[in-house]
Amino acid sequence: MTELTVRLTVNGETVEQTAEPRMTLADFLRERCGLTGTHLGCEHGACGACTLLVDGVAVRSCLMFAVQADGLSVTTVEGIAAADGTLSPVQAALRDCHGLQCGFCTPGFVMSITALLRDNPTPTDEEIREGLSGNFCRCTGYQGILAAVRVPLLTAAPGDVRSYENGGREISQTFRVTGGTSD
Amino acid sequence: MKPAPFEYHRPGSLDEATALLAELGDEAKVLAGGQSLVPMLSLRLAYFDHVVDISRLTELRGVTAADGYLRVGAGTTETAVGADLDVARAVPLLTRATPLIGHFQIRNRGTLGGSVAHADPAGEYPVVALTLDAEIEAVSAAGGHRVIPAADFFTGLWSTALEPDELLVGVRFPVWGARSGFAVEEFARRSGDFAVAGAGGGVALDADERVARAAIGLLGLGSTPLRASGAEAAAVGQRADELDAAELGRLAMSGLEDVPADLQGSADYRIRVGAAMVARAWAAASNEAIGQRAAVGARP
Ligand SMILES: Cc1cc2nc3c(=O)[nH]c(=O)nc-3n(C[C@H](O)[C@H](O)[C@H](O)COP(=O)(O)OP(=O)(O)OC[C@H]3O[C@@H](n4cnc5c(N)ncnc54)[C@H](O)[C@@H]3O)c2cc1C
Ligand code: FES
Ligand code: FES
Repeated sequence: MTELTVRLTVNGETVEQTAEPRMTLADFLRERCGLTGTHLGCEHGACGACTLLVDGVAVRSCLMFAVQADGLSVTTVEGIAAADGTLSPVQAALRDCHGLQCGFCTPGFVMSITALLRDNPTPTDEEIREGLSGNFCRCTGYQGILAAVRVPLLTAAPGDVRSYENGGREISQTFRVTGGTSD
Repeated sequence: MKPAPFEYHRPGSLDEATALLAELGDEAKVLAGGQSLVPMLSLRLAYFDHVVDISRLTELRGVTAADGYLRVGAGTTETAVGADLDVARAVPLLTRATPLIGHFQIRNRGTLGGSVAHADPAGEYPVVALTLDAEIEAVSAAGGHRVIPAADFFTGLWSTALEPDELLVGVRFPVWGARSGFAVEEFARRSGDFAVAGAGGGVALDADERVARAAIGLLGLGSTPLRASGAEAAAVGQRADELDAAELGRLAMSGLEDVPADLQGSADYRIRVGAAMVARAWAAASNEAIGQRAAVGARP
């Protein structure tokens, strides 16, 4: 099959590569761009591991062909931390709340949470659960991930102790990372 | 790479798209949001020599109000439908059904036209279209523009009245008058999954508090979305506040012929769930209709 040229912006940089039309955007990023942060779990839209932003909108990169992203701007998990490696508030909160174990699902969660908090900076518990229902985690049992999304944590200063309700239980957590609001 | 090889086409206009479909015939498949088609290609449940990508055709997007109906362009994403204020005002059932579709990442790309054309019997938009007696607009290079009533559109499991060279361009949803209420209720094992069973309903009342119009749609209870016409007929003419919603739910389940049975649940289980969902949807819709009258009457 003939390969087509795909020109797009990935994490702010222009990329030009060829791809067969049937190559998904996820495979393109991993195999053509060497960006293996985008993970593939199910490859048919169910698990959310491959979530990334296309023109700022959170989508499944296993359900889009690379040729469809021609001319568009893609943000992967590699584009979320600062250039010097400082974690984004979402990433830092996930680390601090034990929101990951094996880490396989984490890139997808980082992208979904980043989009979720950008569009709704003060989500309710229910909105968080609904917003993350499209991302599967086989390790954590989700409680640490839910805790990481809690806005009080994301806006806290280091050393702050925040209490919040999660699943009907009162939980206290000491905040250890530098605070900051979600971008 | 999972899907079988195909040739990719991205027409720049609606005319180009229909010309391509006319030329390629049934070797071509339309790609909209890809949220149903790409999984099928990746699982190799389907393959096509040509894929015609319409996802960038801006002329297929948008919501327009017309006399008596609201038209939603086929390429309007589910996210855009769910957020549209005109949709919320004129066709609230569509707004309320939207969050039940998959997850926000799916809705960001999935389109109303794709969902209706895909015609999943458990899909929310197909059942809303059927319940509200929507009309589906199709265009082809050979046949021009035609309008298909939703009642004639869903012909079988994942099959519709669309011809291979036809593009679904929009869906017209009738706008119901004042004193009407709408609700959709469904049960899924996990949030975002296709429902085990569900129901959508619309109720309109007359000046005597009686049901002037009743629409009850069923999802996940056959090979297509369905209407519970027996239950609808039983409700019309009755006083809304005297109707037994549970009884309507049971009635809506009578005569169902091909209720699916799979790992999610047996046919019997689906029928029990379906009856409960009809009862809930009916109660919510008729309460909304009754409440509207009271609110109007309360105005000085
Ligand atoms: C994890 C997951 C969960 C989901 N959950 C739900 C759910 O709960 N409820 C639900 O309803 N849906 C669900 N979906 C499906 C989703 O709603 C799809 O977006 C929708 O069914 C198809 O829309 P699309 O634009 O993505 O179409 P595509 O996938 O691009 O196309 C679907 C079919 O329609 C045809 N088609 C598309 N547009 C046109 C057109 N304009 N004219 C003619 N033919 C056309 C295509 O050729 C194809 O056969 C889910 C999907 C996933 C991946
Ligand atoms: S790999 Fe894309 S959703 Fe699972
Ligand atoms: S941390 Fe292992 S799958 Fe989520």
